[in-house]
Amino acid sequence: MTVLAQMGTPLQRNLMGIYTIWLREVRKFWRDKSRIIGATVQPALFLLLLGTGIGRGIPQAFQVQHGAQEFLPGVKDYLTFIYPGIIAMTILFTSVFSAISIIWDREIGFLKEVMVAPISRWAVAIGKTFGGSTVAMLQGCLMLLLAPMIGVKLTVGTILALLPLLLYISFSLTAMGIAAAAQMRSMQGFTVIMNFLTLPMFFLSGAMFPVGGLPAWMDILVKVNPLTYGVDIIRAVVIGYNNYAPLFDLYVIGLFGLLMLAMAVLAFSERE
Amino acid sequence: MTEMIEVEHLHKVYKTKTGFHTAVRDVSFSVRKGELFGFLGPNGAGKTTTINILCTLLKPTQGKAALNGFDILKHPHAVRQSIGLVFQEPSLDERLTARENLEFHALLYNIPKTLRAERIHQMLAMMELEMRQDELVRHFSGGMKRRLEIARGLLHHPKVLFLDEPTLGLDPQTRSYIWNYIHELKSKGEITLFLTTHHMDEAEHCDRIAVIDHGEIIALDTPDSLKKTIGGDVIYLTTQNPKAAKEEIAHRYAVQVHEDPPKGLHFEMTHGAEFIPGFIREAGFKITSISVRRPTLEDVFLKLTGRKLREEQPDSLNLMKSHARMKKR
Repeated sequence: MTVLAQMGTPLQRNLMGIYTIWLREVRKFWRDKSRIIGATVQPALFLLLLGTGIGRGIPQAFQVQHGAQEFLPGVKDYLTFIYPGIIAMTILFTSVFSAISIIWDREIGFLKEVMVAPISRWAVAIGKTFGGSTVAMLQGCLMLLLAPMIGVKLTVGTILALLPLLLYISFSLTAMGIAAAAQMRSMQGFTVIMNFLTLPMFFLSGAMFPVGGLPAWMDILVKVNPLTYGVDIIRAVVIGYNNYAPLFDLYVIGLFGLLMLAMAVLAFSERE
Repeated sequence: MTEMIEVEHLHKVYKTKTGFHTAVRDVSFSVRKGELFGFLGPNGAGKTTTINILCTLLKPTQGKAALNGFDILKHPHAVRQSIGLVFQEPSLDERLTARENLEFHALLYNIPKTLRAERIHQMLAMMELEMRQDELVRHFSGGMKRRLEIARGLLHHPKVLFLDEPTLGLDPQTRSYIWNYIHELKSKGEITLFLTTHHMDEAEHCDRIAVIDHGEIIALDTPDSLKKTIGGDVIYLTTQNPKAAKEEIAHRYAVQVHEDPPKGLHFEMTHGAEFIPGFIREAGFKITSISVRRPTLEDVFLKLTGRKLREEQPDSLNLMKSHARMKKR
């Protein structure tokens, strides 16, 4: 039968579907220059204003333990310390909010075009996740351009190590966004819920302050927060400071990502 | 295989807050290969639900359906590859160009690389969109978008093209334009067309029509045969005393007389033109106007349901929706 001949194997079809959905996300990201600029300027301002302000404005708080030489052993100053944290923040926000494209697609009716295509629902979920994470990784990479201004030296080797790492973390976080977006109908609702989730995730990740010596209740929240391990490993690669073993970081992020991806796939398959 | 679509005892029940709503009730029919088949019925009659089931977007509560020989539950992907869809509501990515929308579709349906460019070119040419293929779809008019959707639906050479209210919200000129395309497609004889409409004049174009109301098929035949179920012609008349006239006519000619306030009274009569002179002579009431007309599908629907299949108002809800969307951008 001609229809069957045209279809190819299910795996072939689904891989093609994933690629197609990925391509659309990346192409639309690239086309939307104002979005790229906005998503770059915001964390840059955050870094420069907050980093400089807190670092210079309230030095006493940090000098008690360590003296005036360094912010932390091996970390020159506060700005250097939060730089990897801000990269993680950029990835977090971009990942989660790229998932909004699902709600947008539903609103404009385009999701139907995808849903009646001869590909599996899980391929749709994975394609969306890959698309969003690629966008988040690219956005995170733009933050690397700030390194010279902060006084952080990045070697070619560091950058090459960072690319797959940023993609890995992005994938995990995008899967979280997709899992949430697949359940939601309104953009406003999604934005509210996601702000409610991402801000505490960011604050409790050790992006803005060292995680040693926190009160017990906060320590627990920091440790169950998957972003903590993302910040930790980016910091390990960028400025060589970390609290956990890098392999452990990767393990936690990967596990969280798989769990979220499973939820995203399930949410897509369940929908009629 | 001459039957392209076979549907047997299809049921769809939705759970609602207050209980259950049966959207499709024991629907059975089949569509032949190459046929232009229409679903005629008011909004909410179950047309779109049935299409969504056939397209594997919805699962039936009960019943069986096969399309192009594939069972919709067992081989959904083969069914999907066999069909093209033009949805009631727009489903294009307006931030991509016309060509990109088609490229996306070609990739999703796994059209071989060697064929892709050629097919896209063919479809754009057929729908007369070549000149604007690299423009963003958001700058397109409603008619152009609908044409692009038809082009997209045909791109992977489906066996069946579903058109859910293909001319909804389009101006009359664009409507006849779209219908020319549909006839052109049909004349090639390779594709089966399945459309839904609540416009009588559009249903007239179909080879066969299923009249659907409250989730049930209440009649299924060619437009001509359906119209023959009306006893001849329809006589319309206005009078200053409709009540008395209604009684008198019903009594004297043993027919059912319908009252339709702005238009007056109407009833069915064989050989209407010959009937009128005698009727006027014998009438015991003053006739202000009278006319005779061949029966339409509207009359068929009225006869079957006792209700009129009213024209939709230019759907104010949808207008508001699209307006709200524009604002968000």
